[in-house]
Amino acid sequence: MVDLTLSINTDLACEILTGFIKSEVTRIGMSHAVVGLSGGLDSALSCILTAKALGAENVLAVRMPYKASSKDSLDHAQLLIDQLGVQSKTVEITDMVEPLFKLDPDISKMRMGNIMARERMIVLFDQSEVFKGLVIGTSNKTEILLGYSTHYGDSASAMNPIGDLYKTQVRQLSRALNIPAPIIDKPPSADLWEGQTDEIELGFTYEEVDKLLYLLVDQRYCPQEAMEVGFDVKFINAVMTRVRRNQFKRMQPPIAKISNRTIGYDFLYLRDWGT
Amino acid sequence: MKLNLALAQINTKLGDVDANLAKHLDYIKQAKSQKSDLLVFPELSLTGYVLQDLVASVAHKPTEDDPVFKHLLKESHNLDLVVGFVDEDSRHRFYIASAYLSGGKVIHVHHKIYLPTYGLFDEGRFFAWGDSIRAFDTRFGRVGMLICEDFWHASPPYLLWLDGADIMIFSSASPGRGLNDKEKLESARWVERVTKAYASMFTSFVAHANRVGYEDGLHFWGGATLFDPNGEEIAIGPYNEEALTFAQMDLNQLRRTRTRLPLLRDERTSLVQKELDRILSRG
Repeated sequence: MVDLTLSINTDLACEILTGFIKSEVTRIGMSHAVVGLSGGLDSALSCILTAKALGAENVLAVRMPYKASSKDSLDHAQLLIDQLGVQSKTVEITDMVEPLFKLDPDISKMRMGNIMARERMIVLFDQSEVFKGLVIGTSNKTEILLGYSTHYGDSASAMNPIGDLYKTQVRQLSRALNIPAPIIDKPPSADLWEGQTDEIELGFTYEEVDKLLYLLVDQRYCPQEAMEVGFDVKFINAVMTRVRRNQFKRMQPPIAKISNRTIGYDFLYLRDWGT
Repeated sequence: MKLNLALAQINTKLGDVDANLAKHLDYIKQAKSQKSDLLVFPELSLTGYVLQDLVASVAHKPTEDDPVFKHLLKESHNLDLVVGFVDEDSRHRFYIASAYLSGGKVIHVHHKIYLPTYGLFDEGRFFAWGDSIRAFDTRFGRVGMLICEDFWHASPPYLLWLDGADIMIFSSASPGRGLNDKEKLESARWVERVTKAYASMFTSFVAHANRVGYEDGLHFWGGATLFDPNGEEIAIGPYNEEALTFAQMDLNQLRRTRTRLPLLRDERTSLVQKELDRILSRG
């Protein structure tokens, strides 16, 4: 039976991921980075890795509360800012998003959540210009696979150091890097409305789904094999459907091909071209 | 006889041959200052690895009048060199290649024969497949060169062994993958295991130079190695950083090991050929 602890060598992970941030920032002649700090674990991990890679003084952590955001989120983000000694800024988004909310009295929570996530993206990329720093991504592998993010919102970044770590592994690496316990221990939440938690919304725990995703994605198990090691068929099907239906969030929009050489199909260069 | 080997695990600029050449010349200077005899660079050391549509624009011919190779050939008078590049043949096919340079001459060029085109790899889309595996003579004895995926298959090292190679020079641009709770990446452990196994089974020296650095999200892990004919690790470079690793090969070890362990003497090549003929003609 395959090992389902998903345990990683945290020293090696830290070395590779900080090396990635440093390489990708400095090779284009830059030295600074911007991280949106929500008070949650994923952004805390991205922030600490970035501070280790570039030096705390070269990192701007941005807190972007909405009036309904929990106070804990702000406090936890501040805990990390103080611990790391990174530069910080707080930009409240309430006055930016409220006018849009008011245009439609029937606006749903989902739409409000998406608008807030995209507003934060706008603030981060604006600060990117002010601070002359690249925006560091904060999405983990679990949420990228499940599509548990806002397209062009929290999923937008210049590079993502933690996108190949499952949430379980984010927790392990975060503990190894001494991220404050309140941040590690609290239930994961997008904090878009009061009482929201990821696991209630998704309908399963990260620990459960990470094991299944690890088998299906990393170990290339077929659904039948996942069933044989004890996963419920309904759970397997629900997860696979989520992964498939959210493929669009993981890609650039397709371009309709009419010429002999089309961006995305046969105009192929890495982003690191020439560096 | 002793051979002072230097293994260069360098980072490269993707598609910037001039910048990479300058780095080669710098490492050559360092190796010469340590009185090295042979300096080995990784796969595609002059170009970078994930070239995709850059392939045609970074190709060079290993000749005296080539603007890149003329510098390298000039440096090869008292230091033998193995460099990685894109070779363009006269009919404009592009190969992933390693050149062995010595005494101002190109002694041998190897074209990568196995182009991984699966998983994260897409080499077969952009490159032509090499079609020969040949050992060649150098001032240190007979040598064979392979590039990365070539030695993930067992037959190329085996053929080089039978063709007389006592020193095998492997070069890679190996992307790191398979992080778990072990000390090293799965990809690093795999490569170290097989290179050590070839040294042991073929009672030969096996040197391996792998690049470092990042290309987009890919990370190259370095960890250059030299194993002796007993399969013992003589040298290992650091992981994940540029380095020049020096190691001495005591070529007399070939005689001592093969006296104790005459695997080469006892290799039944006619039997191999007979069985291969049978297997390949079946059906």
